[in-house]
Amino acid sequence: MAKSTEQAITEPTINNASHIQSPDPDYGYEVFQIGSYTFRRDEYFVRVTYPKGTYVVDAGNFLRAMMRDVAWGFFYGWVNFDDVFGTVNHYSSVDVFVGSYNAGYKSAGTDFVERFDANKLLACFKALLSDWTNAGFDPFAAPLETGTPYGSKNGNNDTAVNFQRELAERFVGLEGDTELRTDERGFAVNRHFSDVDQSEPEVHAAPGFEGQLSAFSLFRYLSRSPVTWNPSIVSLVGESAYCPTSEEHILPIQHGNDRVEWFLQLTDEITWQIADKNTAAPKAIVTMKAGDISSMPADIQHRGFSPKRSMLLVWENMTPGLELRYGSGELPPTAAEF
Amino acid sequence: MTTATRFASTDNYAKGGVEIIGDEQPRRYLFSNMFEVADQSTVWERVVVARNLEFTIECVRAEGESPWYVCDHDETALSMQGDIEVHFIKPADSTVLPTKDHPGPVKLTGEPTGQAMGWVKLGHGHMALLPRGAAYQFRATNLGVLLLQSILGDESIERWAGICQH
Repeated sequence: MAKSTEQAITEPTINNASHIQSPDPDYGYEVFQIGSYTFRRDEYFVRVTYPKGTYVVDAGNFLRAMMRDVAWGFFYGWVNFDDVFGTVNHYSSVDVFVGSYNAGYKSAGTDFVERFDANKLLACFKALLSDWTNAGFDPFAAPLETGTPYGSKNGNNDTAVNFQRELAERFVGLEGDTELRTDERGFAVNRHFSDVDQSEPEVHAAPGFEGQLSAFSLFRYLSRSPVTWNPSIVSLVGESAYCPTSEEHILPIQHGNDRVEWFLQLTDEITWQIADKNTAAPKAIVTMKAGDISSMPADIQHRGFSPKRSMLLVWENMTPGLELRYGSGELPPTAAEF
Repeated sequence: MTTATRFASTDNYAKGGVEIIGDEQPRRYLFSNMFEVADQSTVWERVVVARNLEFTIECVRAEGESPWYVCDHDETALSMQGDIEVHFIKPADSTVLPTKDHPGPVKLTGEPTGQAMGWVKLGHGHMALLPRGAAYQFRATNLGVLLLQSILGDESIERWAGICQH
């Protein structure tokens, strides 16, 4: 049963109902229904109906946002597709909301939230993404590197939408861990990084210590990233995870983190729009150039704009339960005070 | 259009910054620049430029030979500027290792006795694992900048007011 935002968070009722209706006769896309939500798409737009109204969004923007939400397993905290629609990860269940973190929707009483079992919702969203992504369109790619998301149903691109990000368990390149990116593995140098040195570090392990020393070129690794706004993990120190990524165009979501997150700009430049997590009211613009470092507090949402493909090191603390400690106020929203 | 990748260095960096809308505070974003931090640091200081509870990223001005360090957990080192060698020794005396309740590296007095494990040479953008239990020393012929992924410890220096926009 659907509840208001506050009720859903304190009294979660998980709705598992989901099914696919017959394809839309005009455009050929399946119609998806889960709980109280119905998702339809036409040539240009996605239309989501819910008990208090209708939400309409550009189909390309919706698919790019949905791609990240699915690929990241709903990620940390809030994945806002825009100022209105999104998901909140509770790590075994997930809220799907319309207007719950938008001051206008809240004051009008047209906000709505419903909680789902995470696996059921993920299955529904994956099916939607597969059916609604046409041949030639890759929602992970920068707009200049892929075809159009628009038009009536035209095949699919499951190879693209099933792309798996690489998650090292200790350090890239160690035996048994994730591998380096090479032409042979299908990781070509991106067109914007053709000037990035492809040399690897020298590793001279003494006899008996082979496999204990390890090093790789992070810049080469990132120059070969085939996707945008999709962090991998290259190293772990305890629960501290280096999650570098290559960025181009616009982060398709507004990420409202449930913990502190850090950005280290390794090359080029990204501008971040910062807004209040609960109301979407603008708070700041953060411009990051090569070498800049900035923290994202736990009480904001952010969206990045990268005019050229750039290398960004996202740094996360993966300690389980942090979302509860920040959510309860036990931990302050900022990483340090001075 | 140009697609040249823009890197930065201690000799050539241009900071961005935080523009405020309304009553937000710039200091909440702990905005700094690693090359500016390195430029203003003493050699081999480990200045915390990012902290997430006990975990840190520390910026190091690398020049000449560093002290020897050893740590009871993995760390990593990323060269953001310069060619930097990392030499490793397996300490013969296990008591030089910090105890498990003592995170972060400890600085050793001189080169430890033990078996040489080998070395790595990092260039620009290269990253090395500093494996748990291996003593390590950095060697930089010219001015370099390192980012260390570690845990807050005795060697970590926090001076947020000195490095961050506020």
